[in-house]
Amino acid sequence: MASKQITRRRFLKNAAVASATVAFAPYIRTAHAAGKLEVGFWDHWVPGANDTLTKLCNEWAAKEKVEIKIDYIPSQGDKNLLTIAAESQAKSGHDLLAFPTWWPAAKSGELEPVDDLMKELVAANGAVSPLIEYLGKHDGHWVAIPATPGSQIKGPCARIDLFKQHAGIDLTKMYPAGAPPDKALSDAWTWETFLTAAQKCHKAGFPFGIGIGQTTDSVDSMGALLSGYGAQLVDAKGNITVNSDAVKQVLEYMKRLVPFLPPDVFAWDDANNNKWLIAGKGALIMNPPSAWAVAKRDNPKVAEQLWTFPTPSGPKGRFQPYLPYFWGTWKFSKNKSAAMSLIRYISQRQAVEKMVAASQGYDIPAFAKLNDFKTWAEEGPPKGTLYNYPPKPGQTLSISAYPAPPKIAQQIYSQAIATKMVAKCTQGGESIDKAIAWAASELQGFMRA
Amino acid sequence: MRKFLRRKSTIAFAMALPLILVIGLLVLYPALFSIHLATLNKSMEHFVGFDNFTFLFTRDTFWMVVKQSVVFAVSAVIFKALIGFFVAHCVHNTPAKGQRKWRGMLLVPWVIPPAMSTLAWLWLFDPSYSAFNWVLENVGMEKVNWLGSPNWARFSVILVNVWYGAPFFVIMYLAALKSVPEQLYEAAAIDGANWWQKLWFVTLPMMRNIIAITVLFSLIVTFANFDIVRVLTAGGPVDQTHVFATWAFKLGIESSDIPLGASISLFMFPILAIAAVFILRDITKRGGEA
Repeated sequence: MASKQITRRRFLKNAAVASATVAFAPYIRTAHAAGKLEVGFWDHWVPGANDTLTKLCNEWAAKEKVEIKIDYIPSQGDKNLLTIAAESQAKSGHDLLAFPTWWPAAKSGELEPVDDLMKELVAANGAVSPLIEYLGKHDGHWVAIPATPGSQIKGPCARIDLFKQHAGIDLTKMYPAGAPPDKALSDAWTWETFLTAAQKCHKAGFPFGIGIGQTTDSVDSMGALLSGYGAQLVDAKGNITVNSDAVKQVLEYMKRLVPFLPPDVFAWDDANNNKWLIAGKGALIMNPPSAWAVAKRDNPKVAEQLWTFPTPSGPKGRFQPYLPYFWGTWKFSKNKSAAMSLIRYISQRQAVEKMVAASQGYDIPAFAKLNDFKTWAEEGPPKGTLYNYPPKPGQTLSISAYPAPPKIAQQIYSQAIATKMVAKCTQGGESIDKAIAWAASELQGFMRA
Repeated sequence: MRKFLRRKSTIAFAMALPLILVIGLLVLYPALFSIHLATLNKSMEHFVGFDNFTFLFTRDTFWMVVKQSVVFAVSAVIFKALIGFFVAHCVHNTPAKGQRKWRGMLLVPWVIPPAMSTLAWLWLFDPSYSAFNWVLENVGMEKVNWLGSPNWARFSVILVNVWYGAPFFVIMYLAALKSVPEQLYEAAAIDGANWWQKLWFVTLPMMRNIIAITVLFSLIVTFANFDIVRVLTAGGPVDQTHVFATWAFKLGIESSDIPLGASISLFMFPILAIAAVFILRDITKRGGEA
């Protein structure tokens, strides 16, 4: 077999030809010229919501010539939290990932700052509430962008007929659709009025379904009440402030409220309150409109009587429990620029409006100018049931455990310290002082650096 | 060298090497990594030695979880062993023709993935729509707050664990019963032994090793249980059904404190190691006697 010997001269000639080909050949932009992007979004519970987001992403990918791969990660079984923990450990994973409420703070050191993009979005979509800044901005930098899918408010969702009949409150008059609230009636919608209504509805056989368990619905309801009374378990500087008159006042309030709630609320999870309302057993729950949406399918007669409206006000104001999601990019992400470009695209007004419509009004954008979509005015039956769901002037968005430093607050929140305190001094029969002493001891443990 | 390679022990080691490597990769590496995590501070930036462990010793909730884990594992294993022993005898004494069907049916709880079967139990215990309560109400009894009252919640998680784990004991005990030579019973009968004496002096001594190994294995699995408690109560009410695994998950994943979560899960190791030493020592002793 003849062998072809490569001389030094021939090697240099070939190398020169190859280099020239690479350098001067015409650039052909392929379908995925801008690289690949791996995205992990929250798996929306509303059928069709994921499809709308996928469509938006594909539009962007086609325009930007990026190959996109989307994973929808469910929050059931904390799969999204496990994904965050695993990717953080492995320093590998999605280029863009959805982070639930507390996780931008928990992973702030590992997330790419997004100050420029946030500035741009605020200029286009309006300001965000101080709560969003508390959750998404750390050490002077935005580490995540507030996301629309999954962000929700957990105000009351109640039965129009039962409230009118048993509590003497006309919900559609107090918070009408398409018009501002009735000043006199909404001013009178306080936590004391809430207690009286709970008592009357309980007497009529339709107790309020307020969970005192350890999952988010229970914790968020308690958070709104605590904020309404100005009660903080830990202050913004990290001082333990649970032993205060305001906290005692809230616990006293709960001791009065609990007898009018179903006896099993201490074991409720986030599904129990929904089932309670959908089955027609109760007059009110505190939840996003998911219960109403399921009732439309499973029990339309109940759905036709449901009205979502703001939480009662306390001595310190009216606080709406808000649970936002964020989008963030790891510092180790391989395609940060594409991730930022995608977030920018799906945070535009038109895109957000499509996502809100696809979620049947469930999703609440964090930007002030994005709370006026027609979806909330038009969804029904009854028409306008969600009109008062997005935040309105005079309401403060809040979260349980605020204003404690986020890394401490996350533990207060996830370990449900507030609802456990209530359970101890109601179901457990302990004194308020003893429940507070227990909470103080737990909080002391959260100060660990 | 050639002689060394031809040795039986060398060949055996070479053949077992792939398995040793797999075990090293899937068991040893995670275990060592877990120990490494447990020695880091909360933000996982600094080495803190045993600080996480000493911190846990100062927490009341941790000691409550230790107590609950022990109560949960020990009581569940005792009930599983007793039920397993009784049912194995019943099946053993069933005519051979129908025995296979019983054996198959009794294994059903054990072969269903526990996360799925526990969901069915959750619906039976559901706070608002419990099927058990429906029955109780229909026979004129008071409803039970299965998952909302601390004692009932503890009872419920133990009950489901016993339901799930008892078939394992049944099968192990049944195998042990079948291996007891019939001549021993015949000899005992000739000596005038009654049913109780046959059980005490023949059956139990012959089953002792199987009982010990089954109890040890079940104790390890029950101590490390996660899915039943997680699905049924998630540790509530007020943390009073948490066991090591669910508490570790709560702190490590949900509260974003992975080092503390790793430290909690490592506490299972010394407790189980002590139990294993005692149980296996007894087996070795009896093995020596034999």
